[in-house]
Amino acid sequence: MDDGSLSVASPEPGGHVARPVRTTCPYCGVGCGVLATPDSSGGATIKGDPAHPANAGRLCSKGSALGDTLALDTRLLEPVVDGARTTWNTALDHVAQRLEAIRAAHGPGSIAFYLSGQLLTEDYYVANKLAKGFLGTPHVDTNSRLCMASSVAGHKRAFGADAVPQCYDDLELADLVVLVGSNAAWCHPILYQRIQVARGERGMRVVNIDPRQTATSEGCDLNLAIRPGTDQVLYNGLLVWLADRGHLDHEFVSRHTSGFDAVLASAREAAPSVRQVAAATGLDVSDVELFFSWFGSTRRVVSCYSQGVNQSAQGTDKVNAIINCHLATGMIGKPGSGPLSFTGQPNAMGGREVGGLANMLAAHMGFSDSERDRVRRFWNAPALVASEGLKAVDMFEAIQRGEIKALWVMGTNPAVSLPRADRVRDALRKLDLLVVSENVMATDTLDLAHVRLPAHAWGEKDGTVTNSERRISRQRPFLEAAGSARADWWIMGEVARRLGFGTAFSFTSPAEIFDEHARLSGFENTAASPADRRAFDISGLTGIGGGGYDALEPVQWPVRTGSAPAERLFADGGFFTPDTRARFIATSPARLASPVSEQWPFVLNTGRIRDQWHTMTRTGLSPRLSTHIQEPFVEIHPEDASRLGLEQGTLARIETAHGAATVRVLLSRGQKPGNIFAPFHWSAQNSSSGRVSSLVHGAIDPVSGQPEAKATPARLAPVAVTHYGFLLSRTPLRPEGMAYWAECRALFGATPGFTLHLALDTDAARMSDWQRATLPDGDWITLEDAGAGTFRTAVFRDSQLEAVLFLSASPKLPATDWLRTQFDSPCDLAGRRTILAGKPVTGGADEGPIVCVCYQVGSRRIEAATLGGCATTKEIGTKLGAGTNCGSCLPEIKRLIASTMAASRAAAE
Amino acid sequence: MPYRSRSRLVVVGNGMASLKLLEEVEAGCFDITVIGAEPEPAYNRVLLSSVLAGDTSLDDIRFRDRAWYAGRCMTLLTGDPVTALRPARNEVVLKSGQRLGYDRLVLATGSEAIRLPVPGANLAGVLTFRDLGDVSALQAIPAGTAAVVIGGGLLGIEAAYGLARRGLDVTLIHLMPHLMERQLDPVASGMLKDALVAKGIRVLTEASTECIEARDGHAEAIVLKDGRRLPASLVVMAVGVRPAQSLAATSGIDTGRGIKVDDKLETNWPGVYALGECAEHRGQWYGLVEPAYDQARVLARYLSGLPARYEGTLIATSLKVSGVPVYSIGDFDGRDAEVIALHDRAAGTYRKLVVRDGRMVGAVLFGDTADALWYRDLVTRRTPVESLRAALPFGRAYAEAA
Ligand SMILES: Cc1cc2nc3c(=O)[nH]c(=O)nc-3n(C[C@H](O)[C@H](O)[C@H](O)COP(=O)(O)OP(=O)(O)OC[C@H]3O[C@@H](n4cnc5c(N)ncnc54)[C@H](O)[C@@H]3O)c2cc1C
Ligand code: SF4
Ligand code: SF4
Repeated sequence: MDDGSLSVASPEPGGHVARPVRTTCPYCGVGCGVLATPDSSGGATIKGDPAHPANAGRLCSKGSALGDTLALDTRLLEPVVDGARTTWNTALDHVAQRLEAIRAAHGPGSIAFYLSGQLLTEDYYVANKLAKGFLGTPHVDTNSRLCMASSVAGHKRAFGADAVPQCYDDLELADLVVLVGSNAAWCHPILYQRIQVARGERGMRVVNIDPRQTATSEGCDLNLAIRPGTDQVLYNGLLVWLADRGHLDHEFVSRHTSGFDAVLASAREAAPSVRQVAAATGLDVSDVELFFSWFGSTRRVVSCYSQGVNQSAQGTDKVNAIINCHLATGMIGKPGSGPLSFTGQPNAMGGREVGGLANMLAAHMGFSDSERDRVRRFWNAPALVASEGLKAVDMFEAIQRGEIKALWVMGTNPAVSLPRADRVRDALRKLDLLVVSENVMATDTLDLAHVRLPAHAWGEKDGTVTNSERRISRQRPFLEAAGSARADWWIMGEVARRLGFGTAFSFTSPAEIFDEHARLSGFENTAASPADRRAFDISGLTGIGGGGYDALEPVQWPVRTGSAPAERLFADGGFFTPDTRARFIATSPARLASPVSEQWPFVLNTGRIRDQWHTMTRTGLSPRLSTHIQEPFVEIHPEDASRLGLEQGTLARIETAHGAATVRVLLSRGQKPGNIFAPFHWSAQNSSSGRVSSLVHGAIDPVSGQPEAKATPARLAPVAVTHYGFLLSRTPLRPEGMAYWAECRALFGATPGFTLHLALDTDAARMSDWQRATLPDGDWITLEDAGAGTFRTAVFRDSQLEAVLFLSASPKLPATDWLRTQFDSPCDLAGRRTILAGKPVTGGADEGPIVCVCYQVGSRRIEAATLGGCATTKEIGTKLGAGTNCGSCLPEIKRLIASTMAASRAAAE
Repeated sequence: MPYRSRSRLVVVGNGMASLKLLEEVEAGCFDITVIGAEPEPAYNRVLLSSVLAGDTSLDDIRFRDRAWYAGRCMTLLTGDPVTALRPARNEVVLKSGQRLGYDRLVLATGSEAIRLPVPGANLAGVLTFRDLGDVSALQAIPAGTAAVVIGGGLLGIEAAYGLARRGLDVTLIHLMPHLMERQLDPVASGMLKDALVAKGIRVLTEASTECIEARDGHAEAIVLKDGRRLPASLVVMAVGVRPAQSLAATSGIDTGRGIKVDDKLETNWPGVYALGECAEHRGQWYGLVEPAYDQARVLARYLSGLPARYEGTLIATSLKVSGVPVYSIGDFDGRDAEVIALHDRAAGTYRKLVVRDGRMVGAVLFGDTADALWYRDLVTRRTPVESLRAALPFGRAYAEAA
């Protein structure tokens, strides 16, 4: 394969297939099954796969909008070396030669791989093998480090292996579900829906532990707005309560665990009484007692934890504090009870299984001599690394120090997503070689790359992923590869071949890689030597061949040769510690890595929003998904805001010791005073200064290496501007001289377009010059009210609306929803100036902010329907369709119904 | 003297103000005689330009036929102008020599067109534009003729437009930098110019006439002060009007710019009234229909013995200039005030609203005058508009929906 023009296995000979292809959603760790039916124009119709056990046909807003992300206009289609497009052959030669030269000059440790939970297991496998086995560098880490490394470490400490004991069905079988640090309603929507449906049907209780009130809170029986960083105190207190009230499973503790007494003693020290727990966590005594008594009196408890627990400098301790309570009550691995970590990414689990992390070698093996020897023999890899490599944060520090000279990034955007992202960006500039394998043309990371390699995107990718319940599912291709995009494993294999490792990388299909991976998982993995036994074992899937691989049904590991797959683990012990006993783990005293101070008085929490994924390179392509939230923002308690002089919709500059960002102010009583929240999705590609991860400190958990992204000391201040505004246009426009901007894709009726939210700091006199420089040619309709700071311009071309600019001295601008519908149909000359009113005069009532993305139902319409008699989300759904797809907007609909009814009651009184 | 049961009312002039008065006044109260200089009974003067352009027929601009006058026991004399007033003797003298006595006299003589005092102003081929006679004369000029209209006010523009529609080759020249500068702000004025140019009319601003050159006693060209020479076998002078007040002035009735009247529309001579374009009230002279009609209504009530006072009309200009509706009211200039402007140049619509101290004080509307009345109410009632401000330029429907 040397001409670079070869075509990799296409979905089906002869082009498109009209029947649905069963594949898997590429976003969150729920891992929903998707039915994709390609159309004739390069797109596809997307539906949930009713046969997939994770979602049974449902999809959330992100999954439903996958069809919007398939267009090629932002795709990277050809290899680019030093800014010039080139052939695969040249690019691969270049990468191989540069790697070779750097390795020769600086040693193998000067090369690093930064991978992604978006990669397929097979890609992960090849990357891990190439780096650790053949290039000889241990520095292989992944963005999963930012996401669930603490859960991995917690599992390993407690169970001796990184194995999730539960399955999703437990969410429906439980009598109590405890969500800890999880905004599942937005981040794992389908699991949240499964919980909510069961809650409706069976009356199960749901407790939500989160400093912040979120969409998840709506569907919970008890919300514990805990002080950030004090989860261990709560769980230590719980352990004490369970012990003191006789809720322990003594038999399980004595037969299958070790270390209980010491851990209970340390828990008692940390959290001696409910009163002290309440004081430390900032919760009401009665709430704490209620939670403890529910937990203690229920035999079926599932604890779900996610980034709120993991992204902490004490994340591993928090995970273990939760697991301790499950071990103590024997509530583990049983139907409806046990700890269940929600992974963030679609294939973080696959990466963990392969061992594509700096602190693992391969296939659940570490760096002991026997493990290294085993892997060396299996791979026939003389250059096998000797010890752990650098974890994400440390890896980029090593780049910053110049110790790592070459970095290969695949499928992730560290210049946006890593803590201290500005420092990371600076570090990337220091590299002698930055290779980035990507789907899209432009990211903040790609902007700095020497070599850009076009990789398969979802729809083209062919391989497997593992979800949060250890379920391996196929991602199947249903589109022809775009341009000359290639599979990641192929790209690495070609480089390996050029480096002289051809024999070890002679794979010709993902099925062959999977087979080797499966064989390695079972290699010398026998019950005969419990000390060496590994949890991850899919040897039962070896030898299934290309056909078996293509037909592979979603399956939970372990799949040992000769035994059925396991839904749950550890109900009867059998942990992967040398003595097969689980470990109780004492936790360190709760504290935040960097406490707030007079200078930095706020705790900055970062996270996701419902309809965006990671750094928006894909979800950002869907106009539908940009209707929910269009701009980077900071949520702040109204009292804090008024003290700082921040009003709703104005702009604030958030600052930490590491960076600054300018974002929109959103007042929220769901935010505790002293705490602020900002989403991390925005980058330099779509915002002037929304790179929120640049604010996050580099403090990491000492065990897991996971950064504390949820608690950076920060301050914030108003940003003075003269005008707030938005610009809707058919083509993207990036005017000069803006004090702030954020861009998103939008649907103008059926036409695609762009929404630019912006602010200016300029005097009114210069406004017309600025507009002239900014807006496209055409018929301009202008509204000027300089006294009110109002400037509005609509540009028409051939009776079609081309662009609309609204500026105002106040941040209260009309909603864009109606305006967006005006692009679709021609406007008559006489009436078109009323466009600038921003709303219709009669009928077609202002929709208000869109709540239900799928059916484009806005808050106003929901309010109206409520006043018209719809009292439940069901009735709203019947009437308006809103919330009847995945239901991830149901909490918002419910809140709207409640607030509308309350308002109308108040008005009546 | 024959027995008279009713007092005699003589109205001089049968134009728009006159007719409105006749329609409004209690018919039974007076013996009425109306004397018009023009051969036809009152017609809609406003539509003359439309007649010239061929958009409206003569029949369509007539108001009342002679039978109507007769049916209301009014004597209508046409084509026989009044040549003298004798207020001391309560009589008027007509051109035919007839004398008419009166108890009350109303002067409604309107205005006459001004001719520029330049050499050649009285040549053949130099016309004005005020009445039906002028229109007939203009209609007789063949298509293709080179015409220059002097004056970029309402009349000149209407004449230029009408002539262009008839196929003449028209140049409009105006002394000032902006057309209709007294009714429009520079933006609207510019739009008007664009509209005229789009209709094939050449427009020269800041152009001052030096003289009109003749050939065989007929106009041949206009020479401008800057030396430019514009061929023109037709010259229309539309440089303004002069209130027809000479009769009054020579009869001891107080005049200024027009015939001076008080709030009862009465002159300094008791029983002698004036209204319409010939009148001057509180120092103000109006050249539009609406104030003339307001005055007619007030005077009709007053003459009928009802309480009535005329306190002036807020100057609102509501016109159709060359087919484009235009409206302006109050202080539309906007100096030292806040201006809200909504402008669609290509569609030819413009709204400029002037706000001072939270109230609207003036407006210019161009191309679309749908909300003119609402704006006028806001201006006249001095309604606070801050709360409506965002909806204000989009009109009443938006403001009420907000
Ligand atoms: C072409 C044109 C277009 C216009 N467009 C508009 C418009 O769009 N909007 C608007 O508001 N205004 C417009 N005007 C102005 C409007 O027509 C006048 O303001 C209105 O007619 C004034 O009414 P009046 O009765 O005072 O005068 P006139 O209507 O001029 O009536 C006066 C009458 O008195 C007669 N008269 C004069 N002297 C004597 C005498 N000694 N004896 C007997 N009769 C005499 C005259 O012959 C005339 O018939 C326009 C005018 C013209 C010429
Ligand atoms: S919950 Fe949504 S984002 Fe997550 S896998 Fe399912 S469809 Fe995809
Ligand atoms: S419920 Fe509506 S908007 Fe909400 S995400 Fe699902 S279907 Fe879509």
